[in-house]
Amino acid sequence: MDLFEYQAKELFGRHGVPVPAGRIARTPEDARTVAAELGGRVVVKAQVKAGGRGKAGGIKLADGPEEAAARAGEILGMDIKGHTVLAVLVEQAGDIAEEYYASFLLDRSARGYLAMCSREGGVEIEEVAATRPEALIRLPIDPLRGIDAARGEQIAEAAGLPRAARAAAADLLVRLWAVFDTEDATLVEVNPLVLTGDGRVVALDGKVTLDDNAGYRHPEHAGFEDKSAVDPIEQRAKAADLNYVKLEGTVGIIGNGAGLVMSTLDVVAYAGEEFGGVRPANFLDIGGGASAEVMATGLSIVLSDPSVRSVFVNVFGGITACDEVANGIVAALGALAAAGDPVRKPLVVRLDGNNAEEGRRILRDAALDVVHPVDTMDGAARLAAELAAA
Amino acid sequence: MAIFLDRSSRILVQGITGGEGRKHARRMAASGAAVVAGVTPGKGGQDVDGVPVFDTVSEAVAETGADASVVFVPPRFTKSAVLETIDAGVPLCVVITEGVPVHDTTAFWAHACATGNATRIIGPNCPGVASPGRSNAGIIPADITAPGPIGLVSKSGTLTYQLMYELREIGFSTAVGIGGDPVVGTTHIDCLQAFEEDPDTAAIVMIGEIGGDAEERAAEFIRAHVSKPVVGYIAGFTAPEGKTMGHAGAIVSGSSGTAEAKKAALEAAGVRVGKTPSETARLMAEVIAGG
Repeated sequence: MDLFEYQAKELFGRHGVPVPAGRIARTPEDARTVAAELGGRVVVKAQVKAGGRGKAGGIKLADGPEEAAARAGEILGMDIKGHTVLAVLVEQAGDIAEEYYASFLLDRSARGYLAMCSREGGVEIEEVAATRPEALIRLPIDPLRGIDAARGEQIAEAAGLPRAARAAAADLLVRLWAVFDTEDATLVEVNPLVLTGDGRVVALDGKVTLDDNAGYRHPEHAGFEDKSAVDPIEQRAKAADLNYVKLEGTVGIIGNGAGLVMSTLDVVAYAGEEFGGVRPANFLDIGGGASAEVMATGLSIVLSDPSVRSVFVNVFGGITACDEVANGIVAALGALAAAGDPVRKPLVVRLDGNNAEEGRRILRDAALDVVHPVDTMDGAARLAAELAAA
Repeated sequence: MAIFLDRSSRILVQGITGGEGRKHARRMAASGAAVVAGVTPGKGGQDVDGVPVFDTVSEAVAETGADASVVFVPPRFTKSAVLETIDAGVPLCVVITEGVPVHDTTAFWAHACATGNATRIIGPNCPGVASPGRSNAGIIPADITAPGPIGLVSKSGTLTYQLMYELREIGFSTAVGIGGDPVVGTTHIDCLQAFEEDPDTAAIVMIGEIGGDAEERAAEFIRAHVSKPVVGYIAGFTAPEGKTMGHAGAIVSGSSGTAEAKKAALEAAGVRVGKTPSETARLMAEVIAGG
């Protein structure tokens, strides 16, 4: 889960990482109130999970509550890289002397963690990495040791942070590490990390990604979920515990196993080239389930997307038996019809693997108009694309 | 010979008294694997289908000589189960569990490294390893294919089964599902190396998917160290863009992580990459036939 800046700062605050004073506002009136409480100059910052907010005009200074309300009015509702701004963070504007960069992240190939730090903050860090790599230090972090005061000092020094800032930066790094470690984050990035005019080190921005697998041990993280951004069909799928992602296309996809489903999207897209660019409409992994219930829910969810013109059900029976899946499909169609939600779009079904012959026989014997069994994955993808284009 | 798992492997099932553990212990045994013990803390003394259950991995090893563990415990207990297995000195630990927090995986990996990597960890979130006709540690339906000269290493579960099925008449020495989690105990490279050294393996199929740079690293390894023919497949050309790791993630990864980048890297290393799983199977059949 990616967090909004204000949520990242909330987590920072809980661990004593210095952040500017501020609160979110969802209306210009709220922005006025917050600005009045803070007093003086404030910054009004769009809260979207995208970079480049400043360039897009989503970060503006305001002198006093009236200007804050005006700036908030301009920024709220903006579209920044496909994200609509629904909230702004109104913060006390600081007196920035220098800007640095610091992050902790998961290093997949090293199978551990990495600390990155640079004296050049406030700019695109990939640019620094590309043009002045010596300005960006990268230090591996031993998962069994983490970051203590000594390591924090070492990072700050290696990055060339000025002596005056070093102790405060080191302390901040230790606290930032506590966020990364105890909150089960896969990324904690501060850009810029600023040295203020009066010698404090403050996290002016915050980007945090939390590991969804660790959600069970962080019930308080549930409050960070952004319901507004989630597509309603995706939300329904999530409630049914199904892994569904909506795409732009006309062939609905249901499969068992994430890799197989990803592959199915690819194969349908290739087959679709023959029919003028037919594309998959969604990703849906129903896992090992052969159950009629799961299949019915899956079909219902996929078909609730009005752009879907055909559905490709691609099942490889490993341990799951194809005859069970076939029975599940037949039962699902029956259940949906009985519930007043009959399937009217063509279903191309490919069953292969364990008990495939039996499964195919069951579908043939059921002789359902909407069901088109095809033995091979490539052949089934082609038919599904053809039917969607028809 | 096969890799990692062979006829002599003695399997212990962690979480054997749970639904998944019980079901798959039965399946593994039915397919001819030697399932010699189970471990569920607190249930020592019981048996599941004649397989004795112990409270700890150490006891199970001491009593039965188990040398390969398959972990079927829920995510919140997986780290401690793996740490226990490492500490008991078991040479192989196959972690089937899906949903393990990455910090837990990183922790048990660090512990494995700190204690000399005597335990090969496969997974987490993987279907396991199967050497058809010899042994099976995990949930791979190895009976869908014959023993033979092809080695398989894959991030994906069901795609593994599909390739095993399409090439069932040629057959496999060993199929290893390494899983798709961001941090894994056994990599494509580990398997490629083992297959290169295995006299029973004549050719290798490698299945990858978007995310990270494992396939690009594997391509480099193939170029430098693998003489046997390799055929590949990459899933995810059409996948929606995943969560951004922010700018930091892009710097750390040696690659953009896209399917195109992986395909290009593999082809540059002399690997034939199939456009679909079926085409990949055809390419391998051609290789075996001498093409």
